[in-house]
Amino acid sequence: MADLYTTITKNPFGKAVTSQLGLPQPSRLRRGRLMPTGPVVLGAIKGASVAADALEVLGQAHEQALVDAPGSRTEDENGRAQPPAYPGKVGALIVDASSATEIADLEQVRALVRPALKALEPSARLIIVGADVAADQGVEHSAITQALEGITRSLGKEMRKGGTANLVRIQRGVTGAALASTLSFLLEGRSAYVSGQPIVVGASESVCEVVNRPLEGQIVVVTGAARGIGAGIAETLARDGASIVAVDIPAAGDALAKVTNNLGGTALQLDITGPEAGQRIAEHVASRFGQQAKIYGIVHNAGITRDKLLANTDEQRWGSVLDVNLAAQLRINDVLLTPGLPGGLTDGGRIVGVASTSGIAGNRGQTNYAASKAGVIGVVHSLSGELNDREITVNAVAPGFIETEMTGKIPAATREFARRFNSVQQGGLPVDVAEAIGYFLDPASQAVSGQVLRVCGQSQIGA
Amino acid sequence: MTSPASASESAPHSDARNLPRTAVIVGGNRIPFGKAGGKYASASNQDMLTAAIDGLVARFGLAGRSVGAVAAGAVLKHSRDFSLTRESVLGSALSPSTPAYDLQLACGTGLEAAVQIAGKIALGQIDNGIAGGVDSASDAPIAVSEGLRKALLKANHAKTTPAKLRALASIRPVDLAPQSPRNTEPRTGLSMGEHQAITTKKWDISREAQDELAAASHHNLAAAWDNGFFDDLVTPFLGLARDQGLRPDTSVEKLAKLSPVFGKGEGATMTAGNSTPLSDGASVVFLAEQEWAQANNYPALAKVVDSEMAAVDYVSGDEGLLMAPAYAVPRMLARQGLTLADFDYYEIHEAFAGTVLSTLAAWESEDFARDRLGLDAPVGSIDRSKLNVNGSSLAVGHPFAATGGRIVASLAKQLHAAGPGTRGLISVCAAGGQGVVAILEAV
Ligand SMILES: NC(=O)c1ccc[n+]([C@@H]2O[C@H](COP(=O)([O-])OP(=O)(O)OC[C@H]3O[C@@H](n4cnc5c(N)ncnc54)[C@H](O)[C@@H]3O)[C@@H](O)[C@H]2O)c1
Repeated sequence: MADLYTTITKNPFGKAVTSQLGLPQPSRLRRGRLMPTGPVVLGAIKGASVAADALEVLGQAHEQALVDAPGSRTEDENGRAQPPAYPGKVGALIVDASSATEIADLEQVRALVRPALKALEPSARLIIVGADVAADQGVEHSAITQALEGITRSLGKEMRKGGTANLVRIQRGVTGAALASTLSFLLEGRSAYVSGQPIVVGASESVCEVVNRPLEGQIVVVTGAARGIGAGIAETLARDGASIVAVDIPAAGDALAKVTNNLGGTALQLDITGPEAGQRIAEHVASRFGQQAKIYGIVHNAGITRDKLLANTDEQRWGSVLDVNLAAQLRINDVLLTPGLPGGLTDGGRIVGVASTSGIAGNRGQTNYAASKAGVIGVVHSLSGELNDREITVNAVAPGFIETEMTGKIPAATREFARRFNSVQQGGLPVDVAEAIGYFLDPASQAVSGQVLRVCGQSQIGA
Repeated sequence: MTSPASASESAPHSDARNLPRTAVIVGGNRIPFGKAGGKYASASNQDMLTAAIDGLVARFGLAGRSVGAVAAGAVLKHSRDFSLTRESVLGSALSPSTPAYDLQLACGTGLEAAVQIAGKIALGQIDNGIAGGVDSASDAPIAVSEGLRKALLKANHAKTTPAKLRALASIRPVDLAPQSPRNTEPRTGLSMGEHQAITTKKWDISREAQDELAAASHHNLAAAWDNGFFDDLVTPFLGLARDQGLRPDTSVEKLAKLSPVFGKGEGATMTAGNSTPLSDGASVVFLAEQEWAQANNYPALAKVVDSEMAAVDYVSGDEGLLMAPAYAVPRMLARQGLTLADFDYYEIHEAFAGTVLSTLAAWESEDFARDRLGLDAPVGSIDRSKLNVNGSSLAVGHPFAATGGRIVASLAKQLHAAGPGTRGLISVCAAGGQGVVAILEAV
């Protein structure tokens, strides 16, 4: 979808950059359920232990991070003081700053990160764990919380060779078990295209183990699954064990059948804007999986663009985008959330929306689209609280430039700019969006709700 | 012809109601039917049947699985397609360990395939199976008829699209009579349309009545598409998402303007508008044993209650070529203890509007009942508002062997929506003076 490019080409700076030759060759990103090759090193500030606990839950060994202090430096041949050096390449650095409360504590973050930056392997990970501080917990503590985000976002931009930096904010009472799924996602190749982003983890008692096929036997509905990102979502979730109900408009039925047959799911040809859409989804599930069957998760991925300057937008262009991208999922959620409905959404289930960086930053010529995608973010904020009691989590991803058939049709120079103007200097793949969605769907992510995660390689747009 | 005596010969079948197991229709799938030389011009029968199977597999989550048997066929077959169904299965997402076979009963192929699979299920030989049919008028073996061969070659050589279309427009279903190198029934030298023209005239079917039936077919089909009836019955193919021959805005007035193409002189009433167009397409139906379906979470739309075949002596002129269903239905009704009025829906294949109307007229006729069926009273009349309610072959098109599967799946869905116990009657005429009919009942 033409999320970013219109803005970019209209921007004189963007034009200059896109026409420049010799941009650095992007690294091949580590993807999938693969841990870093080198060791995971951990540094904790003021005795924080939650990150170490989470690594233990994951069965992931770690080493002690080196600290850059004046006393630990050595001089190089030119007489310059160098921080202590790691003996080999480092796969990931985790800084547990969840106990940081004062500005002075931030020095320790610096001291832990500096030595590692020189030793990071390609597609390395830098993960900072901080506290999610409520406004009434003191001004300085709040300042620290925000400062960690500034550090993370800057480090994301300093990382090289496909490395990423992300921040996990933990609420009070978060245990290693609750943090584990997020840490696992950020360490593994699944988060390849997520950088510079904060994720909040809440406290939750019912957290399951992190496993390889977390969705085994679970029914997951994916709308807009016939192609592009939706097809990628369906494939990735099927890899994680899900029984996919692949939904797309009847006119896309042949492509939908191919996707479905490749992953062994069932296809439902359905226009999600129809008044009966929610009912039809529930009926399909009840009839294919039995009257007792429930949907575990639904991914509202179907979306359209009808780009025009607002000056040229009529009610048709306006309405269709809002209906497909926003109103339809509200109606479907309403139906599927009906308690006791055969084929409805189970308590403890998952709702995942697909927003867009355009919904965060706005985009010239996409007022209708941005309205709908920002609306999806609003849904997450409201519905996540509302469904807390039923232990249903509600989250969204906000993709940036993702390589699909559609973005493949963008004029070459614009496309080249859009795909490079981010911290990993390349476009994302549908699987990157899918992995983030899989992380939200993971039963082990019970403590993650109300989040909007950008999957944009830390795109400069919409920041 | 079928004599009165042969009606009682069907008595030994009367235990058909007490079959050991019940076969139900789980669902179906077809590709939109295309016009000959249209979107599927370069698709083979195998391509189309495979696509129809794959859409069904996706709908019911059958990828990598096998079913008891797949039975399907085509009327117009290349010699290379001697194992068309098995080859299609191998190219589909079904498990390669799925057995498959071909059958052929002219335009009755698709329905007979469903009846056979239902029979195997009822007898306990298989728990589930797929029945279907496919035909391509575009990719027909050129050897079939001189008329077609010439028209196709002409179309092939034509430089411009209008010229191609002109060449193709000259083709009639009759050009494709099975196993015939000529465009005629092998034993009479008459085309199917010419045969029907005789029958239409004999039953005194008016041009208006035929055009009304044709217009209703288009309007019913258009409404069905618009209200989403086909959302779970059709999967698009090669860029075609709706039946290509559908004319939503046709009317009796517009149809009245067409010149007759079959029959001769004053009394000629059959036009291109009230005769089926030459078409390409494929359809499949998924059937299963009722309890197996329930245990494995497959919907059961309707059960296959019974079926009957008939054949008539059209060669001597004793009966019309396409009138066999008029005999098959009363026999089946008698066996089931049902009357013609005991149905909620009727699906009478529209080979020609005249075929449907002649069949209905025969059932209303005392003479026909007495002289042909040996019955005291007419078979009866039907409530026309229950006939072909979602359109039929005049509007959908008629890729010969694909028509039965289209009807079975659509009718099963209609019946299921109407509620348990509702009944539907299917009647399909076929070349060679044959016919296949069946009863479905919603579960
Ligand atoms: N590609 C990107 O760079 C990008 C960036 C940000 C957000 N997104 C969002 O990701 C999602 C998928 O995008 P994509 O690039 O794969 O787009 P796409 O157009 O390739 O796929 C969208 C799918 O949704 C289906 N769909 C549309 N309307 C529907 C309806 N009414 N009912 C059912 N299905 C319907 C389409 O048929 C299509 O298969 C969209 O929500 C889009 O806004 C994409």
